[in-house]
Amino acid sequence: MSDNGKLEKVSIIISKGSLEGVYPGLIMANGARMEGIEVNLFFTFFGLDAIIKKRMNKLKVATVGNPALHMPTLIGMLPGVSSFVTAMMKKEMDKIDIPPVDEFLEMISDAGAKIYACRATVDMFHLTKDDFCEQVDDIINVGKFYELAAGGEIIFT
Amino acid sequence: MDVKQVQLDAEGFLVDYKEWNEELAKELAKEEGIEELTDRHWHVIRFMREEYEKTGQVPTIRRLKNAGGIPTKELYALFPNGPAKKAARIAGLPKPQGCV
Repeated sequence: MSDNGKLEKVSIIISKGSLEGVYPGLIMANGARMEGIEVNLFFTFFGLDAIIKKRMNKLKVATVGNPALHMPTLIGMLPGVSSFVTAMMKKEMDKIDIPPVDEFLEMISDAGAKIYACRATVDMFHLTKDDFCEQVDDIINVGKFYELAAGGEIIFT
Repeated sequence: MDVKQVQLDAEGFLVDYKEWNEELAKELAKEEGIEELTDRHWHVIRFMREEYEKTGQVPTIRRLKNAGGIPTKELYALFPNGPAKKAARIAGLPKPQGCV
């Protein structure tokens, strides 16, 4: 935080790979840049799905183990239910101009945010830089993440 | 019309967007640290005003990109440190209320 009380930097960690696990972090990152706040966006564990080219636009809402959906677990597990709920949610998001994941990442990157993938997860899942969308600036370890985050706030999602 | 003659809200946004004119925009831009409004600045400002008149909403950054032909990178370069808010203020529009 600066002397005038204004937040100057946020480092946002996205660790989950469901649609509802990824979007809050993306919206906060984009919103921070809109306010002129410096942003690091760090993807780790299943959150990496949001920057993997083949998967980024196929994220789904978790319809099992998600009590806030107000849907019985036995229905949530039926084939097609997760896809249906995901399609409904995407439609509503589009109405308020929330973009698909690939377009959103492009906007966030164009807005000047830095985008990183977690080294440990990349190794664990045997991924390479080619698996990621072009907006990914680097694959970094946790030490480097803390270096970059120094002097700002860290948000874990 | 200059800044002293129009009504601004607590955050410095024009209360009535119809009170806006180009001279006022230049003054507001200076307050935002933009010394000279280029053709591209005017393109953003005019598009925002047209959209607002049509829809009653300040367009999002995504709308500026997809419908207004203003790449996000360029928008951030034209209106540094908070482009949506700054551009809306200079265009005489209310503060954007959306999250994106």
